Amino acid sequence: MSNTSPNFITSSLGKKYLMGFTGLFLIVFLVVHVCINACIYFNDSGVTYNMVAGFMANNIIMRILEVGLFLGIVLHVVQALILTLQNNKARPQKYAVQNSAASSTWYSRSMGLLGTLLLMFLVVHLANFWVPTKVAVFNGEEHNTFESLKPVFSNPLILTVYLLGLVSLLYHLLHGFQSAFQTFGLNHKKYTPFIKAFGFWYSVIIVLLFASMPVTMFLGLIK
Amino acid sequence: MSHGNMNLTLKIWRQNSAKEQGQLVTYPVTGISPDMSFLEMFDILNEQLVSKNESPIVFDHDCREGICGMCSMVINGRAHGPKTGITTCQLHMRSFKDGDTIVVEPWRAQAFPVIKDLAVDRSSFERIQAKGGFISVNTGTAQDANCLPIPKNDADASFNAAACIGCGACVATCKNASAMLFVAAKVSQFALLPQGKIEATARVKNMVAQMDLEGFGSCTNTGACEVECPQGITLENIARMNREYLVANCKD
Repeated sequence: MSNTSPNFITSSLGKKYLMGFTGLFLIVFLVVHVCINACIYFNDSGVTYNMVAGFMANNIIMRILEVGLFLGIVLHVVQALILTLQNNKARPQKYAVQNSAASSTWYSRSMGLLGTLLLMFLVVHLANFWVPTKVAVFNGEEHNTFESLKPVFSNPLILTVYLLGLVSLLYHLLHGFQSAFQTFGLNHKKYTPFIKAFGFWYSVIIVLLFASMPVTMFLGLIK
Repeated sequence: MSHGNMNLTLKIWRQNSAKEQGQLVTYPVTGISPDMSFLEMFDILNEQLVSKNESPIVFDHDCREGICGMCSMVINGRAHGPKTGITTCQLHMRSFKDGDTIVVEPWRAQAFPVIKDLAVDRSSFERIQAKGGFISVNTGTAQDANCLPIPKNDADASFNAAACIGCGACVATCKNASAMLFVAAKVSQFALLPQGKIEATARVKNMVAQMDLEGFGSCTNTGACEVECPQGITLENIARMNREYLVANCKD
C-alpha cells in the first residue's frame, strides 16, 4: 500500500482536530472568565473585582494569553466557516422531506447558527467592556471596570441580549464539549458516559453562573 | 389486517439522469397488503406503470434480505424508512397506516449522483475501499485459533465493524453528507486485527484522502448515522478512525 500522504491540517479530519482543540481551549477560558467575574460576589464595591481585572489588564503573561485567545476564536470561526461551506456543497440537492429529529438533536445540527449568534453576542460584549478598557489603557487613564458594569446591566435590553447570548452558549456547549472528545478519538464505554455527564453539568453550571451576574447587577443586589 | 386492503399515496422522486432536473411525482396505489415489503409494493406499482406504457421507477435492490446493501430509499425523510436496524427491503407495509402519504427520495449527496429516479451511483465508496480497505498479503487459509491469539473484545469489535454493508444510509442521513461512519467501519475492521495493523497507517491516510477527494462532507458528531445504520455500526468506530488518523500523521 503506497502512502499518498495527504495534507494533515487541510484534510477534513485535520480541520476537525483544530475545531476541537480551539473549542476546548475556549472552554478552559470560560472557566477563567467566570472565576474573575465571580469576584463581584465579594460585594465590596468592586475592590476585589477591580484588583483582579487590573491584574488581567496589565500583566504581560495575561496580555500574551489574550492574543492566544483571540487567535483561538478566529481559528475556531474561520475553520467553522470553511467546514460549513464544504459541508453545504456535499449535498447540493436538499431533501423535500427530512425527519432529522428522529436521529439527532436540533442543537447538534445547529452549531453554525448557535456559533453565529455567539459571535454577534461577542461583538456586543467586547464593545461593552473590552473596548472601553483598552481605550483607558491606551490613554493611560485609570479605569474602574466594576463601575462600568453598572450602566450596562441596568439596561433591560442589554440584559436580554446577554441572556439570549448565554442560551446560545448553553446549547453550543452541550454539543461542543462532548463532541471535541469524540473528534480526538476519545470514545470509551467506560469513560464516555462520564465525559458526557461532565460536559452537560459544565455547560449548565457555567451558563447559570454567567447569567447570575448581569441579573444580580440588574436587580441592584451587587453594590 | 387482511390482505390487500391498504390504499396509499406515494410521492416518488423521478429523475431521468444526473444532468436533468428531477421532481416528486404522485402515484396512488391501492390493494396493498400490510405483509408486503416496501420493495414489493414498488414491484406492484411498476407493473401497473408498465401496463400503462409508462416508464417504471428505477430503484436499487438485490438480495432483498437485508445483507447486500443495495436498496437505498429515503422514506418520509428517513434513510431506509421509519424503523431502525433494517434496510428498505426489510421494511414492511404494516409499518404504515391505510391512507398514508409516503414521500420517497434517493440518497442525496454530491458524491452519490443520481443515475435514474431512486438509484444513485455509490462507486465513490468503491474508490475509497480500493485505497486501503484490504490486506495486501495473502493471510492464508484459516489457521488454528491458538496460532494467532486475538483478544475476544477486539475480534468482536472488528467483526461488528465488518458488518457494514456499504449501503450509504450514513451519508444519506448525515446533515453534511459525510461518509465517516462507512470509512470508519472499513478502517476499524482491519485496525483491530494483527494482520491489518501492518498497513494501518497508510490505510487510514489514503482512505481519508480519497473520502475528501470524493466530496463527502465532514463529521460534526451529530450521531445521526449511528441511529440510521441498518447494521448498527457505532460512533466508537469514528472515534477509532479519528485516533488512527491522528497517530498516523504523528508517526510520519
